[in-house]
Amino acid sequence: MKPAIAHPYMANSVPAIQQEMLDSIGVKTIDELFVQIPKDHRLTRPLDLPPALSERELRRHLVETLSKNSTTEDNLSFLGAGIWQHHVPAAVDEIVRRNEWLTSVYGEPSSDHGLYQTWFEFCSQLGELLNFDLVGMPVRSWGTAAGHALRMAARLTGRTEVVVVSAIDPERLSIIRNYCEPPQMADHITVRLINYNPATGLIDLEHLRATVSGQTAAVYFEVPSYLGLIDHQAAEIAAIARAAGAETIVGVDPISLGVLSAPSDYGADIVVGTIQPLGVHLHAGGGVGGFIATRDEPRYAGEYPTLFISIAETIKPGEYGFGRALLQQSSYDLRDKGKDWIGHSVYLWSIAATAYMAMMGPQGFAEIGEIILQRAHHAAHRLGELEGVRITFPSGFFKEFVVNFDDTGKSVAEINDALRAEGIFGGHDLSSDFPELGQSALYCVTEIHTQSDIERLVGALQKMIIL
Amino acid sequence: MSNELKQYPMSNELKQYQGPVWNEPIIMEMGYPGRRGVLFAPAEPEVRRQVGDVSALIPSAMRRKDAPALPEMSEPEVLYHYLRLSQQTLGMMGISLFGTCTMKYNPQINEQMAWRPEITELHPLQHEDTMQGALEIVHNMDLILREMSGMDQFVFQAGGGSEAAYLNCAVTRAYHASKGELEQRDEIIVTIATHPCDPATAAAAGFKVITLMLDENGYPSLDALKAAVSNRTAAIMVNNPDDMGVYNPEIKEWVRIVHEAGGLAFYDAANFNATMSKLRARELGFDACMFMLHKTFGTPKTGVGGPATGAYGCSAELAPFLPSPLVVRDGDRYRLDADRPQSVGKIREFLGNVQVVLKAYAWTRSMGAEGISQASDISVLSNNYMEKGLLAIRGVTRSNPEATTPRMEMTRYSLQKMKEETGVGTHDVQNRMSDFGIDPFWTSHEPWLVPEPFTPEAGEMYGKEALDKWIAVISRISDEAYSNPELVKTSPHNQPVHRLKLGVIDDPSTRAMTWRSFVKQRAARA
Repeated sequence: MKPAIAHPYMANSVPAIQQEMLDSIGVKTIDELFVQIPKDHRLTRPLDLPPALSERELRRHLVETLSKNSTTEDNLSFLGAGIWQHHVPAAVDEIVRRNEWLTSVYGEPSSDHGLYQTWFEFCSQLGELLNFDLVGMPVRSWGTAAGHALRMAARLTGRTEVVVVSAIDPERLSIIRNYCEPPQMADHITVRLINYNPATGLIDLEHLRATVSGQTAAVYFEVPSYLGLIDHQAAEIAAIARAAGAETIVGVDPISLGVLSAPSDYGADIVVGTIQPLGVHLHAGGGVGGFIATRDEPRYAGEYPTLFISIAETIKPGEYGFGRALLQQSSYDLRDKGKDWIGHSVYLWSIAATAYMAMMGPQGFAEIGEIILQRAHHAAHRLGELEGVRITFPSGFFKEFVVNFDDTGKSVAEINDALRAEGIFGGHDLSSDFPELGQSALYCVTEIHTQSDIERLVGALQKMIIL
Repeated sequence: MSNELKQYPMSNELKQYQGPVWNEPIIMEMGYPGRRGVLFAPAEPEVRRQVGDVSALIPSAMRRKDAPALPEMSEPEVLYHYLRLSQQTLGMMGISLFGTCTMKYNPQINEQMAWRPEITELHPLQHEDTMQGALEIVHNMDLILREMSGMDQFVFQAGGGSEAAYLNCAVTRAYHASKGELEQRDEIIVTIATHPCDPATAAAAGFKVITLMLDENGYPSLDALKAAVSNRTAAIMVNNPDDMGVYNPEIKEWVRIVHEAGGLAFYDAANFNATMSKLRARELGFDACMFMLHKTFGTPKTGVGGPATGAYGCSAELAPFLPSPLVVRDGDRYRLDADRPQSVGKIREFLGNVQVVLKAYAWTRSMGAEGISQASDISVLSNNYMEKGLLAIRGVTRSNPEATTPRMEMTRYSLQKMKEETGVGTHDVQNRMSDFGIDPFWTSHEPWLVPEPFTPEAGEMYGKEALDKWIAVISRISDEAYSNPELVKTSPHNQPVHRLKLGVIDDPSTRAMTWRSFVKQRAARA
């Protein structure tokens, strides 16, 4: 059963070419080439799939299907919680969509010099934001970066417990728990959660001190935290970890680093985080990406599961090229003896991120940080003025903050349903993941939210609170 | 030149390729203080007035003191820098027969659709009422993969094949834990021909890994499997056919043996291009399988880096353990089911790379059942066609000489003879290929089961002329190896830069993974 006409994606779908190739091999039918597969393994009927579409039909079908989505561009959105709306410059989109790297395999430095240089520039620029000399190629997400980093710490210290903040994205925590393995496994890593202070949202230092021990491989916290807060105790947290011989791992949103200290400056040993804010769209969640970075010391370099791109001299004097470094410790080379595992990640987003960081420059990062702070704090102020609405942690946050609706007598779900009817996506509902926060939502405000956007939200909320 | 080679004439084009040489500086060396690539509207006066001193919004201990040393560049400077670097990336403009990666055409309509704002601007935490289009596509792709595998449920959370292999290990843990047997079942069996991600993820998930070696047929014997299987077996993870193009005809018996011992069987369908529409994993007895949408289903590789998708499918028995949420259909609506108490939870945030699922769905709709079956036919036909030409080249031999039946969509070759006779090895040939505008071939996953390996995979995209040219390039390089080996050993010559000095990448004092590290190194040397 062959299509009567050649398929546009397959040059050798012309029957005469297939005949030429069969003649060259010296067999009569293609089926003879499948002789390795025993008859009783073979499917004896054609696949029952929807009919093939021409490009025009496909386009119509997909446009119609996608029109059932209603996006953050059609609506005014205050959703964040792990993936955020930031402005993506058009030039970044143009760069990232180039077919050359979209379609390629990593190939060799010889054929793909430009791709390797681009990757090196991503690591180099992120290293400047982080004040760290060693940056691996991206991993698949913030959560997977945190999971790998905690396992790195367990290997580095030979210890079997990690201390993790409880004010964390429940999805990220779930990933971490998977990476730390169930208790039945011999290499299980115990995850100990640290409370946050209910008044400030910041880490409970007393609880941290009481929990960290000689068994602690790492203390993991985030700046800003999942609840949006910039914990001023960061250096103290790192000192507590260090005193116990544990690694300090900090998760960070790099778009904050024009105004916030790099974690290395307050004692982080390993920094992980997301690259999505650096020029990557939401992509329905497919925009996430993570990174791992440290000081350039052999003890850390030797535990990374990631690919590294190194600049190095070529055989022509004075010329520099690029190559893959430390591949010999990866699972590509060592299989089950490698450092965790390596595989497809989100390298395309490293291209978006490197272009974004170059366009931003130091001034861009400083300005966007200040604008986000101003807009987010103004939004919190305006929302907090509404009757029955309370900003749970009213100061010391970056772009996200917790809004409590308990005194409105309405649930977040009800409020968000009503907002949606007005073309507004309210903040992410925290009530089931953080029941202690009551009917609360995590609102995200970035550089894209204007004063009139905020007033529109305030007006819509006011209307429904009065009702 | 032998008669066989005359049908692969070397065109003059082979001599004419020259990679673009832009001598592009590292971006860290570029720019001028004060230049800007993007501006943001300042907050409105009323906002600024109400908020007050912005630095007071940050705890003093947490304020950044020194600005990051990033380049300061205008928008066009950044744009053209990266366009020049993209030009210095061969991508698929040459001929890329990168074995085990299944190089496919990435249809432009799929890219165009995936970059529509209905996808790029969709937030994964939106209410499901506002994501019906995306959920419908995910659900329909689930149905298509169920039909192609016989499995009962697919999930797309894994961002690549290795992550899907890891997910399989997490599901395996949860399944045995639910039976109270996880402590006892701590072994996963793989073969030495299985992709490294399978043993690596099994080990990272806490399992002991047992690796079976191959016998002369190209796959491990049943006796070897029986000796490894016990009441400690949690699962097997195998691919079939393997990267040598050898299909294990005893695989049904393998699955039966593992099931009898209480283990699970996972089919790593990395090499699905050869078998799509020819067989279904579930009917061979497997409990779970994965498809790489970034390979077999026509979505881009992006530098072997993703975003990609490892679509993971399993039987109804294992479905309760799948990560949350699942996309389910209720009448005309689609919803996210997160109320799944036995679920392994998350292995990656959100729903996975939905845009990749969309592209793969578009590919299956463009191909249809007949097109997919034909793609499989063509990939196997093309591989066997190439084999005849390649084996006629001096210094080229085939792996597993005892396995004489036609290989599937790939064949592994060895250049050991060439290496012994000329000193030119597989890495030298890779570099020299790029001088002809041809993407270097894939050698082999570790460990190298044959010395000096190379593994082309013709796939269904390239025409016969492209395959002939590829063979002609290998033939030319072979001639060069035997007549002027230094030419090959010092290649590339027609690319933007030369090969790295031997050993510099392995020496901590001469490698640098960031510019700041490189600058310090240079200063230390000076």
